[in-house]
Amino acid sequence: MSEGRQATPLPGELGLRELARWSWRQLTSMRTALVLLLLLALAAVPGSVVPQEDIDSLAVSQWREDHPRLAPIWDRLDLFSVYTSVWFSAIYILLMISLVGCIVPRTGVYWRALRARPPKAPRNLGRLPQHTSYVAAESPDAVLERAASVLGERRFRVASDSDAVAAERGRVREAGNLLFHIAVLVVLVGFAIGGLYGYKGGIIVVVGKGFSNNVSLYDDFAPGSLFDPAVMEQFSFEVTDFEARWLTEGPSAGQARGFVSHLEYTAEEGAEPQEYDLRVNHPLAIGGTDVFLIGHGYAPVITIRDGNGEVAKRGATPFLPTTQTFESFGVVKAPGAEPDQIGLEGTFYPTFDLPQGPDGELGLPRSTFGDAYNPLLSLFVYTGDLGLGDGGGDSVYVLDKDQAELVTKEDGQPFRLDLRPGDTVELPDGLGSVTFEGLERWNRIQVSRTPGKLLALGGVVLALLGLLGSLYVRPRRVWVRARRQDDGTTLVEVARLDRSGASDPDDHRELAEIVTALTKESS
Amino acid sequence: MTDAQWEVLSYQGILAAAFLYFLAMLAYFVEVAGLRTVRADEEVTSPRTAVAGRLGLVLTTFAAVVHLAALVARGLAADPNRVPWGNMYEFTIAGTFVVTVLFLVSSARLGAQWLGPVVVTVVVAALMAAFLALDDAVLPLPDALNSVWLVIHVVSAVIATGAFTVGGILSVLHLVKARSTAERGYLARVPSADRLDQLSYRMHAFAFPVWTFAVLITGPIWAHQAWGSYWNWDPKEVWAFITFVVYAAYLHARATAGWRGRKAAYLALAGLATLWFNFIGINFFFGANSQHSYAAPETDSSVVVGASAQAAEEVGVVVGARDARGGTAGALLDESHEAVDDQGEDDHHDHDLEHSPNVDTSS
Ligand code: HEM
Repeated sequence: MSEGRQATPLPGELGLRELARWSWRQLTSMRTALVLLLLLALAAVPGSVVPQEDIDSLAVSQWREDHPRLAPIWDRLDLFSVYTSVWFSAIYILLMISLVGCIVPRTGVYWRALRARPPKAPRNLGRLPQHTSYVAAESPDAVLERAASVLGERRFRVASDSDAVAAERGRVREAGNLLFHIAVLVVLVGFAIGGLYGYKGGIIVVVGKGFSNNVSLYDDFAPGSLFDPAVMEQFSFEVTDFEARWLTEGPSAGQARGFVSHLEYTAEEGAEPQEYDLRVNHPLAIGGTDVFLIGHGYAPVITIRDGNGEVAKRGATPFLPTTQTFESFGVVKAPGAEPDQIGLEGTFYPTFDLPQGPDGELGLPRSTFGDAYNPLLSLFVYTGDLGLGDGGGDSVYVLDKDQAELVTKEDGQPFRLDLRPGDTVELPDGLGSVTFEGLERWNRIQVSRTPGKLLALGGVVLALLGLLGSLYVRPRRVWVRARRQDDGTTLVEVARLDRSGASDPDDHRELAEIVTALTKESS
Repeated sequence: MTDAQWEVLSYQGILAAAFLYFLAMLAYFVEVAGLRTVRADEEVTSPRTAVAGRLGLVLTTFAAVVHLAALVARGLAADPNRVPWGNMYEFTIAGTFVVTVLFLVSSARLGAQWLGPVVVTVVVAALMAAFLALDDAVLPLPDALNSVWLVIHVVSAVIATGAFTVGGILSVLHLVKARSTAERGYLARVPSADRLDQLSYRMHAFAFPVWTFAVLITGPIWAHQAWGSYWNWDPKEVWAFITFVVYAAYLHARATAGWRGRKAAYLALAGLATLWFNFIGINFFFGANSQHSYAAPETDSSVVVGASAQAAEEVGVVVGARDARGGTAGALLDESHEAVDDQGEDDHHDHDLEHSPNVDTSS
């Protein structure tokens, strides 16, 4: 069993059929499997070094900017999406074909072997690596009968011949090995189903607001290539409250200890609302869909009044944290402001601090803590054409400054708003005013549906079980032969063959136990 | 006792254990030196050599007991109490403990006392490295790491790592022994190259399913709970997968005629290299792209920053396309990128220069 199939040399003259058969044997040989496995390992490496589009597209665009020459080459080699690239797929598809080509014939062989009797005793038992003999007084038949029962008790499968008993045990090893390899295929199928039919989406929800599961409401949405929106569960939820606990002392003060989002959700339209405390590591499962809390941040509530005194924009705007202390960057746009559009861009500091050096020199502004102890909003003002509604790249987190101008003070320095909650500042040139009304928080929620995940999980569990059988069950054979000698006594020969690669040839314990059992009952 | 006291106790325990291992190492060196002139088939007659060997084993056993106590104390030092493997330092002290226990078990059950000198040297070196190079603050686990799956996942990863390490030691011994013609000395006394190959296989056959369990079962379950996706091709996962595949190739190699012994041993060592690279290389050099903040000094931010990076993706793409001169939004890009890069630092203001000169707090 352990030989597997070996590659055979290329036959001298090739018909098409021979070529096909030869290629098939090559592909399904153990050596090819080995090479393909090593290739797979090697092929996985670049994806851990080069940033990947599917994982961190921000890092990819950064990388492109830093390496303008290499990027096109990397693109051609699919190095930004290694795990979906043609060459990576080619390797694992070949491996899978090889695997099927390996499993099918081996299952056949195993099936036939299951029904075959244990192989007959070799002519000369003394040639086997583990053997012994002794002389007994009883008749050969009595010895063989007892041998059959002793071995049977030791859970061997036994077959008796005229002068010998053949016994075998541990064929579960091969079954385990087959199970393992089949389970590898199952895992792959499960993984593929998830990739093709599943989806993953993210949304930023301001605390107090809600969301309902609809493709158009996601901030980002990554469906599998065979995804059908009809499978989306019609749930909706509202984030009713949010708490973050911060460490205030110790070496890691300032680190968030944990956060909880209180949800009120309905599993389907018209269902009774239910409550759930969403935390990291505690996703909410609704049908086949899981809802996760994966991040949070601040959303300052800002009111922009335009030059006519009308409210041009009012609401909470999520700012994106850029540091561990939740210094956050954000943009607020009031395209409807009259006479001129107004755009704000800048930083929010939850615990503002302006460090001062020993010589009284001011350092850079920063946030010293993630909780909002001393909130300050520091914004620059832009006016003119904010480029809204011209199609491309309208992101709520980016201010298009191509045709907008920075509002400055009389001395030409940029005009900067520094607002604490409740503050209102008039903008220059009669543009209007900005009020920092207060602070809300937002949660980043991820929703994913990964069909096939239980199949994949079941697959790995089966693979593990198969592996345990394959590695730890020791297949072995034992033969007992009894022959009458000239002096009327019986010569009993016992031999054992361990067929697993891992056993110690000097480990004679089982043989000794069998012999002890055989001789004990006769005395 | 307070947490701080437990922490000090654990620290002292590790130091004491390291000292005992060091003494054991010295004892083993005396033994190895004494064996230099003794033929493999001779009885060891010098009492000094024989006693040194036994002393090495006794000291190692004591060291292991102290080591265990220190691990427990480490877990009690954290608030809330938890399993003592939240960072690289803890992973190392737990992994070396597994290595020692595996050695003690194999010497009791398989008569592998001859492994002592090598194992103890490796353990002493790893503990030194843990002291000198690895951050050892007792951090509370951030939410993402606070899960029973962390316990199971990391316990099994630690056990598998220890077992692969012992398997690798056996493979090296196999390679050395296969070339050696020594008739005297330590090397002459270790078992035959074939037996070493077999023992190495058994160690790997133990480690491999445990690794499979850690990396392909509990890892994905935990990732699914914490990050919403069971397999992300994150560098840490990629390398765990690579390790799995290389060791699978090793097991295949052993079943293919002609690959037993030397070639298989090389594969086993390649597997060990990928394993250690994942632990050391990825943590130190490529942590940038990894969500496994686990090993990085600042542990929580990955969840937060990871999320913001995702949210900022859009920004990145748009900025990359339009705002080539890298205005303030460019600075955001740099900053958030850097925050992911380098979670240890909290000053990312270099990029803030654009609005820093006219800081004015008076409003
Ligand atoms: C997806 C890729 C594969 C993986 C992860 C894999 C993994 C493994 C593992 C871990 C073992 C060790 C279990 C044992 O020693 O009994 C093994 C054994 C084996 N594999 Fe694979 N395998 C793969 C593909 C293949 C293919 C394509 C073939 C056939 C060409 C194959 C044939 C075998 C055979 C015959 C054994 C038994 C070796 C023995 O008797 O000890 N495997 N495989």
